[in-house]
Amino acid sequence: MTGATRATSPGPERIEGHAKVTGTARYAFEHPVADPLYLHPLRATIARGRVTSVDTTAAERVDGVRLVLTHHNAEALVPIGDPELAVLQSDEIAFRGQLIGAVVAETQESAAHAADLVEIRYERMAHDSDFRDDADIVYTPDADASPMLSPDLEEGDVDAALADAAFTVDATYTTPTEHHNPLEPHAVIAAWDDDGLTLHDSNQGSHLVRDLIAPLFGVDKERVSVISPHVGGAFGSKGMPHGHVALTALAARHTAGRPVKYALSRTQMFELVGYRPPTRQRVRLGADREGRLVATEHDSLEQTSRFKQYAEQSASASREMYTSPNRRVTNRLAALDVPAPTWMRAPGEAGGMYALESAMDELAVSAGIDPVELRLRNEPEVAPVSGLPFSSRNLPACLREGAERFGWHERDPRPGVRREGDWLVGTGVAASSFPSLFFPGSLATIRHESGGKYRVEIGAVDIGTGSRTALTQLAAEALEVPVEAVELWLGSTEQPHASLAGGSAGTASWGSTVVEAVRAFRTEHGHDPVSGAETTAGAGKNPDAGEYAMHSYGAQFAEVRVNADTGEVRVPRMLGVFAAGRIVNPRTARSQFLGGMTMGISMALHEHSVVDERFGHVVNHDLAGYHIAGNADVGSVEVDWIDEHDPHVNPVGVKGIGEIGIVGTAAAIGNAAHHATGVRVRDLPLTPEKFLR
Amino acid sequence: MKPFDYQRATDADSAISLVSGDPEARYIGGGTNLVDHMKLGIAEPGKLVDITRLPYDSVESLPDGRVRIGATVRNSDLAAEPVIRQRYPVLAQALLSGASGQLRNLATTGGNLLQRTRCSYFQDVTTPCNKREPGSGCSALEGWNRHHAVLGASERCVATHPSDMAVALAALDADVLVEGPDGQRTVPVTELHRLPGDEPERDTVLRHGELVTAVELPSLPFASRSRYRKVRDRASFAFALVSVAAAVELVEGTITDVRIALGGLAHKPWRATEAERVLRGAPATEETFRAAADAELAAARTLRDNEFKVPMTRNTLASVLRELTRQEGS
Repeated sequence: MTGATRATSPGPERIEGHAKVTGTARYAFEHPVADPLYLHPLRATIARGRVTSVDTTAAERVDGVRLVLTHHNAEALVPIGDPELAVLQSDEIAFRGQLIGAVVAETQESAAHAADLVEIRYERMAHDSDFRDDADIVYTPDADASPMLSPDLEEGDVDAALADAAFTVDATYTTPTEHHNPLEPHAVIAAWDDDGLTLHDSNQGSHLVRDLIAPLFGVDKERVSVISPHVGGAFGSKGMPHGHVALTALAARHTAGRPVKYALSRTQMFELVGYRPPTRQRVRLGADREGRLVATEHDSLEQTSRFKQYAEQSASASREMYTSPNRRVTNRLAALDVPAPTWMRAPGEAGGMYALESAMDELAVSAGIDPVELRLRNEPEVAPVSGLPFSSRNLPACLREGAERFGWHERDPRPGVRREGDWLVGTGVAASSFPSLFFPGSLATIRHESGGKYRVEIGAVDIGTGSRTALTQLAAEALEVPVEAVELWLGSTEQPHASLAGGSAGTASWGSTVVEAVRAFRTEHGHDPVSGAETTAGAGKNPDAGEYAMHSYGAQFAEVRVNADTGEVRVPRMLGVFAAGRIVNPRTARSQFLGGMTMGISMALHEHSVVDERFGHVVNHDLAGYHIAGNADVGSVEVDWIDEHDPHVNPVGVKGIGEIGIVGTAAAIGNAAHHATGVRVRDLPLTPEKFLR
Repeated sequence: MKPFDYQRATDADSAISLVSGDPEARYIGGGTNLVDHMKLGIAEPGKLVDITRLPYDSVESLPDGRVRIGATVRNSDLAAEPVIRQRYPVLAQALLSGASGQLRNLATTGGNLLQRTRCSYFQDVTTPCNKREPGSGCSALEGWNRHHAVLGASERCVATHPSDMAVALAALDADVLVEGPDGQRTVPVTELHRLPGDEPERDTVLRHGELVTAVELPSLPFASRSRYRKVRDRASFAFALVSVAAAVELVEGTITDVRIALGGLAHKPWRATEAERVLRGAPATEETFRAAADAELAAARTLRDNEFKVPMTRNTLASVLRELTRQEGS
């Protein structure tokens, strides 16, 4: 189970890699359609109130304008319980930037120009966009508010244990609003004809988009096609369809079959497609003289929207991570007049583990125990709280292997004593964890074309992770044929139903589906099938679900330099060692870990959507103002993994790797920055002024 | 974006008459600032006159030791020019620390100088801004003002000038050559940009129709030992939080001459005359450096989010002076 082994082969190259680098892979907006029109949205410039009048006269006079759509002339949609999709259904405004209309024209430029000429008057109402811990806005979410949310946890007597503890930490950490900013903006082409609606859309689940958009327009699901062969990143922001999809489909009702195209601008992406909500987390830890935790408390407050609830579970990171006889874990929400937050890469874990793993480092410092050793001493035998055995848990192996390779054992624990020129130098560590999820309900079709060639169809979406390649490999392996003998079709509702590309569950869920479908195919057609033999099947229920605690783990090590004069923070070196079950394709897997860690560097140093509560909007709403790590910010990043065989998680033994890379990175960097400077910064991001003295 | 006309000028006279005769006309060089502003709806010219084909695309060493930089020389070309790298390293470093490679390939010398001040609220037509709409109020004064001015600001405007190049030019005492409907004139670069005062909508002293044709650098031999240090949130492609351009002449441990300009602190590149006064004739010691920084920053007035700029500037200026005097002494 343990012991580091390096994959000997890097695995097949990404199947669509050549098409992508040569620009021939078609993303949603690029799909050729006949005679398209272009949409430019109208967005609210107040944070709460209602639209009292709309004057479209000047806009309609602009050459090429075909339609100005507002709540006055938009058709009624069927209420399906998602306020984001109920666009133009009333005059109410619930957040700044809300979609309140659209101009559709022959060119993007004329649509944008005409949109500027629409005169909108408002009745303003007082709004509240100031994220804070205030009884007026804070509430306890219902346990069913999110599948990942658990009710408050109270085990033992935390206060008494803290009072008796040899070492304690009581610290509050904050993480800011962050926006996903995938390379490909959200984009959609909508066209209605006699058969129904066709959407070329950038999303994480074309079947999910269909399942929500069809009932919204009161049409059968079979009459909606969603086509998404390539998606240029998503990070959760394309998990659920947002208002722009409904708006574009609504506009296309008025264009006599002409397709309507809409790609969001970067600024619109700061208002309309979700974000990681800000958090304020208090962590209290108590340990005995040997550093064994006697109490763990984690209370998280996160922002949600009054318009649409989104409940995240950051404090839940502390439920199953370390052994602790006394434990209290609570999650609270603060509801504001702001756009709806949504999942963003490792939702809950990214922020929650930042707080927990920073607090663990503070405990290590106050107890005088090496931070790697402290974590090893608190390794649980079985999952805390549930008491379930772990399906596999190789955090200690990750920590030990990482420490060895990083050169951790030569580390002088004293903070603020290493200087090279103008730079203070330090190192830090943090653990990573992410649940191993499996989404049921996917189906795959296996078809023997002829001469040993197989066609495999599953309506999954490859959001850039390498799913197309990994699923082809798993299909070939199950079919016992070379990879070249399998042609995999995905990315559309033309293929059998597949679950969302999210929760790091893609390869686990779809891979299991493909493998089970191959088994069903062999059962039905044997090992010498006729041409055209075909079977559609899915994966059954995992008998081990609910019997084991299932997570992937990792250990992240960072070297950080902080400029003694200016406070600038640099991360010249990182190492991440992960234990995430079977790694199907080392080449694309490495890219996932690397991407997660890079996004973690970005989270640690840069990402911060600054909200101006007077207006209720994000002020730095473009890529000049909202910084994402550039190449110069990312030094050496080494990624490796422990060879781990987990027979319990799912039929393919895959735990999921899309998110764990971002979990723990920010804590490792913050801990290293403390080691470099002696300054403990508890508010992300780690901008220079926080280290200035 | 509002529809507009486009014309390419073939000579300076016709360019000047095209623009000066039409209050809605604007010159366009690389377009890296103006086109952004047109997309944002904060600039709505009726006509663009493209000046990139005018004969201002070379760098010349003049017989009197001065160097003349044509207004349409691209930032990346200027940074690579041997005479700039050898005689004015502060300018090459400032250019290379600005924007991204792609932008530097497009941006021109004149256009870089004439960038407008930068402020998130100025760029957002849905928020009040005195620069965009005089009298509408300043959203930054009580808002997010981390990047805003601590020197020379007014109640009307606290925006900062974003150019790195202009900070180096201010330190070097460069002159800006201007042609207009009324003929030629020369404006010291330190007097080109304005402080906001009661008219924040006016970024420079140029009149409508005036065209920057060149920038001239004085001979200034000690500028061969000069440095530009930019402090920013990420290692590349970010505007300065603060920046320091400096050149020092050192004789036996005494600073005999010095030029300093600061970026990220004001509505214009900030020539640090107070700091220079303290340094000139003084020993090159840490105490002198700190005293010089304190003298310059005595007038600083900070806002909610930008208090850090004062200690950051003090430390950065001291660091640059330390480095330059160490170089000189070695």
